[in-house]
Amino acid sequence: MNNIFVYLEIEEGRVADVSQELLTKGRSLAAQVGCKLEAIAAGAQLDSVAEQVFPYGVDRLHIFRDPRLSPYTTLPHTSILVELFKQEHPQICLMGATIIGRDLGPRVSSALGSGLTADCTSLEIGDHEEKKEGKVYKNLLYQIRPAFGGNIVAWIVNPDHRPQMATVREGVMKKEIFDPHYRGEVIEHPVADFVKEEDFALSIIDRHIEKSKVNIKNSPIIVSGGYGVGSKENFELLYQLANVLGAGVGASRAAVDAGFAEHERQIGQTGITVRPKLYIACGISGQIQHIAGMQESSLIISINNDPNAPINAIADYVITGDIETVIPKMIKYYRKNTK
Amino acid sequence: MSFNIIVLAKQVPDTRNVGKDAMKADGTVNRAALPAIFNPEDLNALEQALLIKDQHPGSRITLLTMGPGRAAEILREGLFRGADDGVLLTDRAFAGADTLATSYALSMAVRRIRAYDIILSGRQAIDGDTAQVGPQIAEKLGIPQITYAEAIERAEAGRIRVKRRLENGVETVESPLPVLITVNGSAAPCRPRNAKLLQKYKHAKTVTERQVEHIDYIDIYSSRPYLNLTEWSVADVDADPQQCGLSGSPTKVKKIENVSFQAKESKLLTGSDAEIDELMRELIANHTIG
Repeated sequence: MNNIFVYLEIEEGRVADVSQELLTKGRSLAAQVGCKLEAIAAGAQLDSVAEQVFPYGVDRLHIFRDPRLSPYTTLPHTSILVELFKQEHPQICLMGATIIGRDLGPRVSSALGSGLTADCTSLEIGDHEEKKEGKVYKNLLYQIRPAFGGNIVAWIVNPDHRPQMATVREGVMKKEIFDPHYRGEVIEHPVADFVKEEDFALSIIDRHIEKSKVNIKNSPIIVSGGYGVGSKENFELLYQLANVLGAGVGASRAAVDAGFAEHERQIGQTGITVRPKLYIACGISGQIQHIAGMQESSLIISINNDPNAPINAIADYVITGDIETVIPKMIKYYRKNTK
Repeated sequence: MSFNIIVLAKQVPDTRNVGKDAMKADGTVNRAALPAIFNPEDLNALEQALLIKDQHPGSRITLLTMGPGRAAEILREGLFRGADDGVLLTDRAFAGADTLATSYALSMAVRRIRAYDIILSGRQAIDGDTAQVGPQIAEKLGIPQITYAEAIERAEAGRIRVKRRLENGVETVESPLPVLITVNGSAAPCRPRNAKLLQKYKHAKTVTERQVEHIDYIDIYSSRPYLNLTEWSVADVDADPQQCGLSGSPTKVKKIENVSFQAKESKLLTGSDAEIDELMRELIANHTIG
């Protein structure tokens, strides 16, 4: 009872990276508050889920097996979580801030009347005092996220309602095996006790999964552009530099909103989180939402004609100048001095 | 076949154009300094509603928003584009609502509106980016939902077929009606204002606006009933005040931090040839690149 639950996203039998990351986080939060870590798997191909998740320190794995539970649809998965949570009374529930997690999380929170915080960039355990009522709450989940266009960072708590629910984007938390030999308990639930027939009213007619053309998540070098790049044409310069360096091209939200780059390239709280060894920020002012997605880069170079751009504070090198002059110089030197 | 459609919309501060005076000295948001706009993805949702109405004449679109009095501006924007009615849900008791309390209030207002077939809203609002209110309302109404919609392919008696945009692909689903659909920014953009509708609705006002502007005596509001924008309070939608606003919000803001970065000691370069060459030489030498 009152444990930490992680909802597992499973595609073709494989537990998604974001779920593995949340298990890692869940394990450390469980240790801090002194409770167990539990995971929920609902789908069709679940045979290898146990061996995939136990090394992350899962104490109890709840299995819901039914061919109709895969691919994911909203209502049956909602019913499973709502009914399970009514029995188990979790204190915390974590989900990926993915299309599935953002479809399912609010539905479950609405049914249970519990609070949900989207796109957290950090989760911590701590106490909370409601001064008006003179009440002190022990070991609450601090749900920390940039808010309001990235101008502020908000610390959210849910003092009175359970579970405390949060979603986190892929790549924000690190995944780390807890103990390769760790073994928990497997609980197989009869799906019919949780899901009503009418939950299957929505049908999937067609589904195309295309591998994304853009994959910058694991690029060791990223050249990234902001609104200051000025135009889609100027973004070409970034592609040229990236091409020469073997880098990926990223963008800030402002650049994506302005139509300079595709949505899949957006780096930041509501985009991708990256940790390359080199991050070259071109014309990016550096709102906290962007910084949240790249601050763990090993080396950061900022090219900006505004010497006071906020991103310069976290950059190792600040080049004050126009990208139109700086980038060609970088390309020229690199071409001349490498094979 | 015609449909009753409700479009949920929000007036939001334009966080994409945040200026230097956007924050007050005490770290709170200076809403007055930010232009208020029709939440972009809610416009995509309105367009989907208008497309259904184009194909199914006789369909009715009611635009519903919750907010302060000034949010009536987006109701007029909706009427200028082809919505039939505007409803403003406004009450001090709604202040400080998180997504759950917001979804409760809006779900009560939806119940007050006559029978509906389709509820449309944007995927998320740019001031919070949570994407939560739509699904939370669907749950409270006990109806299915389709999130991340990109196009409504077919609406027919009792059923709707919708294309969704996933992280790495597309999915087409079919759902019974009524249903709540949240629409992606990648869907068709909203049509511009229609000049005739602009003429027709430019004086559309809520009762509070008429009182504030001392024009409530003008007889056009009785001779042209379509100029009266509906305004509802907590009591009008029969809502429990305890479940509204701050008191109905399970999430509490513990603290707000202004953003300050752990400043690194940066090397400052002017961008001269010699400095760029030196930087690149260093990066190649320590195998960061190359």
